[in-house]
Amino acid sequence: MSIVSKSRSGRRLWVAVLALAISGVCAAADSTITGAGSTWVYPLVAKWSEAYKVKTGTEVNYQSIGSGGGIAQIKAGTVAFGASDMPLKPEDLKAAGLIQFPTAVAGEDLVYNLPGIKPGQLIFTGPLVADIYLAKIKKWDDPAIAKLNPGVKLPNMDITVVHRSDGSGTTFTFANYLSKVSPEWEQKVGADTSIAWPTGIGGKGNEGVASYVQRIPGSIGYVEYAYILEGHLAWARMINKDGKVVSPTLKGFQDASAHVDWSKAQDFYVILTDHKGPDTWPISGCTWQILRKSASKDTNLAVMKFFYWGFEHGQGMAESISFGPLPPSTVAAIKAYWKNELGYTI
Amino acid sequence: MSGSDMTFGAELRPVSEEPKPAVRWWRLTGDSLFHAAAVFAALIAAAALFATVIAIAYDSRLSIETFGVWRFLTSSEWNPVTQTFGAFPFIIGTLVSSAIAMVLAVPVSFGVAVFIAEIAPSWIKKPIAGAIELLAAIPSIVYGLWGLLVFAPVFSSIEPWITQYFGAIPGIGLLFQGPPAGIGMLTAGIVLAIMVLPYTSSIMRDVFLIVPSSLRESAYAMGATTWEVAWDIILPYTRSAVIGGIFLGLGRALGETMAVTFVIGNSNMISPSLLMPSATIPSVLANEFTEATTPLYLSSLIYLGLILIAVTLIVRFLAVLLIRRLGRREGASA
Amino acid sequence: MKAVVARRHAVDFLSKILMGIATVVGVFFLLWILWTTLRFGIAGMHWDLFTKDTPAPGTNGFGLRNAFVGSLGLLTLSMAIGVPIGLMAGTWLAEYGFHSRLANAVRFINDIMLSAPSIEIGLFAYAIVVAPMGHFSGLAGSVALAVLMIPIIVRTTDEMLGLVGGDMREAAIALGAPKWVVISKVTWKAGRAGILTGVLIGLARITGETAPLLFTALNNQYFSTNMLRPIANIPVVIFQFALSPYENWQQMAWAAAFITVLFVLVLSLVARWFLGKVQVPK
Repeated sequence: MSIVSKSRSGRRLWVAVLALAISGVCAAADSTITGAGSTWVYPLVAKWSEAYKVKTGTEVNYQSIGSGGGIAQIKAGTVAFGASDMPLKPEDLKAAGLIQFPTAVAGEDLVYNLPGIKPGQLIFTGPLVADIYLAKIKKWDDPAIAKLNPGVKLPNMDITVVHRSDGSGTTFTFANYLSKVSPEWEQKVGADTSIAWPTGIGGKGNEGVASYVQRIPGSIGYVEYAYILEGHLAWARMINKDGKVVSPTLKGFQDASAHVDWSKAQDFYVILTDHKGPDTWPISGCTWQILRKSASKDTNLAVMKFFYWGFEHGQGMAESISFGPLPPSTVAAIKAYWKNELGYTI
Repeated sequence: MSGSDMTFGAELRPVSEEPKPAVRWWRLTGDSLFHAAAVFAALIAAAALFATVIAIAYDSRLSIETFGVWRFLTSSEWNPVTQTFGAFPFIIGTLVSSAIAMVLAVPVSFGVAVFIAEIAPSWIKKPIAGAIELLAAIPSIVYGLWGLLVFAPVFSSIEPWITQYFGAIPGIGLLFQGPPAGIGMLTAGIVLAIMVLPYTSSIMRDVFLIVPSSLRESAYAMGATTWEVAWDIILPYTRSAVIGGIFLGLGRALGETMAVTFVIGNSNMISPSLLMPSATIPSVLANEFTEATTPLYLSSLIYLGLILIAVTLIVRFLAVLLIRRLGRREGASA
Repeated sequence: MKAVVARRHAVDFLSKILMGIATVVGVFFLLWILWTTLRFGIAGMHWDLFTKDTPAPGTNGFGLRNAFVGSLGLLTLSMAIGVPIGLMAGTWLAEYGFHSRLANAVRFINDIMLSAPSIEIGLFAYAIVVAPMGHFSGLAGSVALAVLMIPIIVRTTDEMLGLVGGDMREAAIALGAPKWVVISKVTWKAGRAGILTGVLIGLARITGETAPLLFTALNNQYFSTNMLRPIANIPVVIFQFALSPYENWQQMAWAAAFITVLFVLVLSLVARWFLGKVQVPK
């Protein structure tokens, strides 16, 4: 991915000399791993890393810059692991010399800011949300919304759509779901970490979207569930594939996960949106960690140790913010995958 | 006594002996080293300008090769999924937000400058001038913070009023449609105007004070009003420096990142309305740079940076040229 | 005739009102911004800000220690890079180049660099430090900040050294001192108030600069003093915390903004005081 390649060795030499001069002055924190990426998984990684530091002294410095950023930085080798809520396809992984493994399952939901309307009061369907984000529905008291929400006093306000301004796996999951339920969305927009939004304001990270929705009356946005809990936002109920009205719950996310066969998925490439099941949450997703095959064994092992510790000891923490732990069979499969792909495992 | 009596032992020295040098050799080496270091430093300082442009141009070559110049500048499609990138929405966003800022800031700066130079009583001149300059000291991120968390909510309560009255005017009403989000192109323009104000008004004030008092006083003596002196005497005299100051402010507005990123709304679509969200080249760089997933994406972002630096270079070059021209005329440095 | 005079006076009166309004508008926004920064900033001030590190999202922690330390490190390293280069370049202009065409060309270029958009400098630092090194680092951030600082120091050094009287220099030369001793021991010493002013103004300029740090120093949620790795810093932390939905983060953003503004104001005041001490030749 190097754009700057021509005089790399020359620059490296200059930088090495400078680095030698400076590193003598600075304290080097050896036991630090740097990761970057998904804002979706940030609350979980932050919780795990705080506890991990107390336990082992190793610092895991995680910068939540969006899944797009995580993918870019791990490809460039500027971080030890990249976190993404959009799984890379096996052929892309192979081409870039990367491996990926899942961390936890969770879900995202629509949030809104309407005076007098409480959390969990509004009900949406996938096609309706697609129409809102396509700017086909512009006002809150549109008949299509009213039909799904009889008895709710919808104000005559313009809908301010909020989406992500940065490259996001949360966006991927959201757009993936919309593509499945709205042929017009699939044709016009599609699904990826960064898409050409037909309308709306862009917030940076899940935090940015939540922040805008918090501040702008009449706005709607999509955020990962942990942010809804922490930001006390008004969330919506959805009608899932079975036609049932569901709320976002840990069980709903895990039900979606139960519908995929983790052992058969190559490089753990699974999509958790729009699955069947009475309680299944339609906009569920997983989040992956990406490693570089060519990174040093010590670096990769340090990363693997951290996440394995999370799998073994961090389940309670995960569940407290509605992240669903992976089943033990998947964890064992991850360990074997590491051995298989890298030649070593923890 | 003759001079030769003072040089004790001079006659006793053999003639063939080398006369001692006036300065020690290591002091001369010290001189050359110092001189070399000074030259080197000056070269670095000057070369930084070219190095910046070259480094950015170099890293944009992939995108330039893929999209060319005309297509990139005029294409509105910024789509990371299909890997098609076009700069047009961001160029428009940058130009429009800066234009709004200048339209608002220039008259206000002129008013402030004339007020301080001509109208204010002397005890208030310094505090007001200091207060306006303080606006320049505030870091841009604080402007962004204030803009988003304080100004935008206030503005969003004014916006419905704007939409109702200005939006109803046929023609330019299109400029004022949209949901009252409080953030968007107009908000960004207003915040930029406040940031540009201290730059343009300080330069205007400085050059207004350089105008020879004989010129002003003779105009007053003929019965000219303050306004007439300002508009017909001072302004024409300082015209090139004032324009230079405006360009300086424009350069600031074009390149401003943090304040704009907070309040512009980050939408890559071009909309005729000023109340809708937009994006500028600096804001899209701030938002998307660390996340460019492919070399083409990264190169296209840097290509955007190249366009920005080309535009701001021209603007800043003209600014410095024009401001210095007045200084040279007066024999003082501006 | 009377009508013309009356009209002219009306225009004059109206323009005076408008200009007064313009000034009030300018001062109004200044006071509004400073007032809200003061109000929300002080509300968020707490001793913990300086003793604890930045908390994870959604937790109730309070702390900015790593960001303060990181920012101090960045400022120090930027000064270490920028001040020598700026000082020597300004010295060359004042003591070697004088008003030659080359020197004037350098001054012109320097003036253009004074108003360089900081995001462009950030891109430049990414290209020459981050990309070859392979990762983000405080060093890259410092390089970007140094490039922003140098034009200011060059300009002030050039002007201030130009103000130093010729008599002192000539006396030193007459005593047999070589040029570099004259400059370093006499001229710099005489002009030190002005040079210091330039350094302080340069420092005030780079405090609070966010854009160049976004893709050079990045950020770090832990305490670190290693400039060869990503390091926490106040401006990027403000950026991250302000755009979040967490109350404690927003409070810290305001507190950090308040401290930044206070720091810049103090620097500007001290610089102004030093400027007052500059001896201007009669």
